[in-house]
Amino acid sequence: MGEPITYLEAIRQGLWEEMERDERVFMLGEDIGVYGGAFKVTKGFLEKFGQDRIIDTPIAESGIVGAAIGASLMGMRPVAEMQFIDFIACAFNQITNFAAKSRWRYGAGVPIVIRGPSGGGVRGGPFHSQNPEMYYVHTPGLKVVAPGTTYDAKGLIKAAIRDEDPVIYLEHKYLYRLPRIKEALPEEDYVVPIGKAALRREGKDISMITYGAMQLHCMDAAETLDKEGVSSEVLDLRTLLPLDAEAIEATTKKTGKVLIVHEDTRTGGIAGEITALINERAFEFLDGPVTRVTSPDAPVPYSAALEDYFLPNSTKVLQAARGLLSY
Amino acid sequence: MPRTSRNAAKKHPRKGKSAESAHPKRPAESLPASALSKSQLLDLYRYLKLNRMIEERLSALYRQGKVQGGLYSSKGQEAISVGSAYALATQDVLAPMIRNLGAMLVRGVNPVEFFLQYMQKEGSPCKGRDTSLHFGGIDRGFVPPISHLGTLIPVLSGVALAGRMQGKNLVALTYIGDGATSTGDFHEGLSLASVRRLPLVVLIENNRWAYSTPVSAQSLLLDLADKARAYGIPQGVVDGNDVLAVHEATSRAADLARRGQGPVLLEAKTMRMRGHSEHDDAWYVPEEERRFWEKRDPILLYEKHLLGTGVAIKDELSRIESACAAQIDADLAIAEAAPFPRPESCVEDIYAPEQDASEGLAEEAPRAARRS
Repeated sequence: MGEPITYLEAIRQGLWEEMERDERVFMLGEDIGVYGGAFKVTKGFLEKFGQDRIIDTPIAESGIVGAAIGASLMGMRPVAEMQFIDFIACAFNQITNFAAKSRWRYGAGVPIVIRGPSGGGVRGGPFHSQNPEMYYVHTPGLKVVAPGTTYDAKGLIKAAIRDEDPVIYLEHKYLYRLPRIKEALPEEDYVVPIGKAALRREGKDISMITYGAMQLHCMDAAETLDKEGVSSEVLDLRTLLPLDAEAIEATTKKTGKVLIVHEDTRTGGIAGEITALINERAFEFLDGPVTRVTSPDAPVPYSAALEDYFLPNSTKVLQAARGLLSY
Repeated sequence: MPRTSRNAAKKHPRKGKSAESAHPKRPAESLPASALSKSQLLDLYRYLKLNRMIEERLSALYRQGKVQGGLYSSKGQEAISVGSAYALATQDVLAPMIRNLGAMLVRGVNPVEFFLQYMQKEGSPCKGRDTSLHFGGIDRGFVPPISHLGTLIPVLSGVALAGRMQGKNLVALTYIGDGATSTGDFHEGLSLASVRRLPLVVLIENNRWAYSTPVSAQSLLLDLADKARAYGIPQGVVDGNDVLAVHEATSRAADLARRGQGPVLLEAKTMRMRGHSEHDDAWYVPEEERRFWEKRDPILLYEKHLLGTGVAIKDELSRIESACAAQIDADLAIAEAAPFPRPESCVEDIYAPEQDASEGLAEEAPRAARRS
């Protein structure tokens, strides 16, 4: 174990180590080379790996992802950066139609990683704060991961790069330098398996199912409930596609009360999918309606007065949990 | 584009250019002296004929209900597919569009694959999952398209980029229709490829019609190759109905690209002689335009050239045609007899088989008490 590092540093280390380990790995994106990335995730990479492997591109997200696809077909392992994950919308077609379907259509895997800063809480406004995961969770052939801890940030970026299929890696910008989640990581190489959720807290009275930055609010709420004699389980999904159905089923059967918490907006958010999954696998075990805490169905607002109202927080989680517990 | 009027096309005249004057005139007799050997010249002829004859057979199968869905003819455009693909080196990578069956033949696809594919059979390259010419693989030297136009230009830029990183000295070539030069990916791909001087050749197949929309409704340019100026890259215009001219122009473009002076934007002028797809009778194409281009049929022109220059006699060409017909008969029989796919196979192969990224690595440590 070394010194505690930030979530951002964990991503940087993961990328760096994979580039050292495998010469097929290279990166492309806007301002990632000379400038070192808008959030400095790739600071120092150009100097170390050179301009053939750290490629500053024109502002052309569809072009970036398309080129990553072509290079991956040639056996390379490209990592494409979206400067803000909001801009992934410009590459939607290349991702959902070219990358996602190639293996199924004619057997050609597309091992690319598309990564970028997602989420709100930093006054980014409607185009620098989005959570676009569900557009991609709805696309068979993709994998979608969203680390919520420093350990997972590193382990999942490595797993994503080593994966044989296209992976969308959502790094939450609110977590980038948050002192609270700084963590000392193992010295040795490790990966976090894609498709496996993690129990952050074991409990018996209520299950909170969450991912990304929202797990902090769940942990805080669980702490408060603990003082009131309520035992909460917190399940961090880590991967949104494929979902860890077994873990969801197990925690539902254990507590019978499920609260789903996500920062993404409500309609079409993954809470709906998880609820259906619980209905299919563990309906008889429920002791109350599956409940959700999400952002409302609106664009992410800019003003602090608006955004603080918009985003889920521990107070909202507590309130919903108490409602469900008293059902 | 209104589709309600039979005169709709007339609302989009090609800015004072008639069907004739839009085409670079060159009589067959003056085709360039080629460095190709006789067997290569006859090879080109065989590919052209095979391309045409396979598509004619597919058209018949469509009328019999044995081919369903979209069927896209390259009639009148075969010289572009064949001439360009024939100009590539073994290590080069090509990405065909739906009217480039001939290019795939040159890259080694057997006729039976087209029949299996179009007849939705289990043994087809896509196992019945995808349609038409949507198959291939880097290992075979070509990348298949998706239906969203323009997407192959960024993708082939990535192929060219990787090829350079891997020291393969390869050129990537893809086709795009006149209509798809209006897409965002056309611009994004060429922007990216040009600033890195990638070894990419983009061949605009200007067949004058994008479904029912004439080229004048896509762009004010008279030569779409002029779009190259926006990227500061070399460009060229070639008679797309002259297989030797296409071969020569593509060879030059590939050579430039290989020497680091690419990407290159090449435009081949031609005419789509049938509808967008088999169901479309192309009523919107003016009769005079169609008649003009019928006389410019690329296979007829090439036959004239081969006979007129004494490269071949009629018997030789007939023998090639008979051999093509025999191959098609045999391959079609195989495809007809092939089974349809297992229904449940449609949900297979979405992801790679279960993999273990941690192989040889430390197991994930328990998470408790890790937070500092």
